[in-house]
Amino acid sequence: MYSYDKFDQAIVNARVEEFRDQARRRLAGELTEDQFKPLRLTNGLYLQLHAYMLRVAVPYGTLSGPQMRMLGSIARKYDKGYGHFTTRQNIQYNWIKLEDAADILADLATVEMHAIQTSGNCIRNISADQYAGVAADEITDPRPWAELLRQWSSFHPEFSYLPRKFKIAVIASTQDRAAMRLHDIGLELVERDGVVGARVFVGGGMGRTPMVAPEIRDFVTEDEIISYVEACLRVYNRYGRRDNKYKARIKILVHELGADEYRRQVEEEFAQMKALKLDPPVEELARIRAHFADPAYETGLSDTIDRSDPDFALWVDQNVAAHKQPGYSIVNISLKPVGGIPGDASADQIELMADLAERYSLNELRVTHAQNIVLPYVKTADLKALWTELDAAGLAPANLDLITDIIACPGLDYCSLANARSIPVAQKIAKRFTDSGKEKTIGELKLKISGCINACGHHHAGHIGILGVDRKGTENYQLLLGGSGAEDASLGTITGPGFDENGIVDAIEKVTDLYLAQREGDERFLDTYRRLGMAPFKEVIYG
Amino acid sequence: MGEIVNFREDAPASEVPVSLEAFLGASNATAVRIEPGEDARALLPQLDRIALIEVSFPAFGDGRGYSSARILREAGYTGELRASGDVLVDQVPAMRRVGFDTLAPNAPIDRAVMDRMLTLYDDVYQKTVDGRVPVWAKRHPEAAHG
Repeated sequence: MYSYDKFDQAIVNARVEEFRDQARRRLAGELTEDQFKPLRLTNGLYLQLHAYMLRVAVPYGTLSGPQMRMLGSIARKYDKGYGHFTTRQNIQYNWIKLEDAADILADLATVEMHAIQTSGNCIRNISADQYAGVAADEITDPRPWAELLRQWSSFHPEFSYLPRKFKIAVIASTQDRAAMRLHDIGLELVERDGVVGARVFVGGGMGRTPMVAPEIRDFVTEDEIISYVEACLRVYNRYGRRDNKYKARIKILVHELGADEYRRQVEEEFAQMKALKLDPPVEELARIRAHFADPAYETGLSDTIDRSDPDFALWVDQNVAAHKQPGYSIVNISLKPVGGIPGDASADQIELMADLAERYSLNELRVTHAQNIVLPYVKTADLKALWTELDAAGLAPANLDLITDIIACPGLDYCSLANARSIPVAQKIAKRFTDSGKEKTIGELKLKISGCINACGHHHAGHIGILGVDRKGTENYQLLLGGSGAEDASLGTITGPGFDENGIVDAIEKVTDLYLAQREGDERFLDTYRRLGMAPFKEVIYG
Repeated sequence: MGEIVNFREDAPASEVPVSLEAFLGASNATAVRIEPGEDARALLPQLDRIALIEVSFPAFGDGRGYSSARILREAGYTGELRASGDVLVDQVPAMRRVGFDTLAPNAPIDRAVMDRMLTLYDDVYQKTVDGRVPVWAKRHPEAAHG
């Protein structure tokens, strides 16, 4: 994985000092809260219901063992002993004191980490496929481009005060594990006639106006990706709406101009940019790529798994994915235990995962947008030993991509924007479907919960989505069906009137029962829904 | 007008800038002011007769002026480029990077803080219009760029 050189380290160190200065001026009253707000936000510091929340960047979701251990140490030292992994492959801490924030950043800098641009109206952390580098189906590892974009976007002076936040994802396989087309810019690396380049999708997003990004360019060569993205951003910075916060994302600009007109403007800007030679030389991409070279894989390893323990066999079937290298496996650690908070991990668990990464996974971990953790380099022969340690720590729920592998935002329990609680609903659903044993029968079902219309829980992209709203002072939950954040991206449709907390769980049981009765062959819930349409599902809920 | 922060060798222009509309309407003014929604490229045909372009920041969070400034510098404008309005000390480093060389803030800027902020970062990741060499170029001094 990437490691800093003296330049990267000096820049991150400077950021710590800059923020220390800003926080000191705020605490001394030299800055008003209004003036301080954008400064703390570009450093991932939010003022929430009970305390400050600090979001730490995990660039494209890749972490080393020591970095993970530091995240655990921060949870222990500055928080109440927990960290919360987010849908953008980051981690956030919910109980931070402003006085401690600069010290936390200084601790992070010692392991080449930071909180730069994890919030605010700027280019956010770049996300990527969590299986990058080990997936059998990728054409190349997308992370060198993600790192190139991370550096380019860090403190980009022209794009420090965009109309709204800006999220970029990079993938390199036809299977989309990063919800690429639901980002402001999605890049899919492809190969044409032996040349690597990117398909560019612009204007996707969730929030109150969800959109699947249209393709804006079918190919830009790898040595011009930065200037093309720069052109995309400039058109947005100049013409994106600033009159209404809810219409300020680039998806609205692309939608209002139309993809063709937006494309025309970007091409015009791109033609100007090319002459300015803004792209790093190919040598820089090669330098970064060398950091992501395959490790020295052992050969001749066995792929045999002893399945005699049924619990272990279940976990292998559900949570272990195929690795491109014989003898190795990709392990998913589910942070979705029944009764837990989706994406939460205790300091002890975080430190244990760091330790396991060092012992079993060539010192590397990934954070997924589904709020789980991946160990990407596990020898298949080690799976049993690893599982035994995970299981002892409550880290072996065998539920990857099942109905209990729920994505949920923090909701009204933590968030000042939320209208309804998300976590208790997630917990009730998980309990219902585990108790009834239907979870396994149902198979793949991506369930996503947002506690407000801002859609941090990706409810639009859930096979089943839940949106918490406030209806005359009481929490009410709307049900959506048919969304997907994968390569078959689509947006869910609201079934009809909402439900209370128990009612929504009942409704989900009804639609999944209908699916079980109607499914053909190996159809997933989503496939059956797409075949049957909304009507029978509505009938079974409200009829 | 309050105090002007000057990064130029010469003194700031004393002309009062006219609006873009007035400037384009056959005026003989040499100083012009552009608002966030206005297209800086409208000035490109006449850059050689302009001594001052003032870019207005009615609110510090409206970042359109950063693009305006960089576009003007990319087009070769070398005259005074002034950021005016809600210009705050923590915005100054980014403003310098997109080509502003004078500032006319609504409220006085603390020079000591500004000097600290401007010298914090030895290096930058992007090539813009301020002549600073981005780290990728320092990493590959032999490479043919672009």
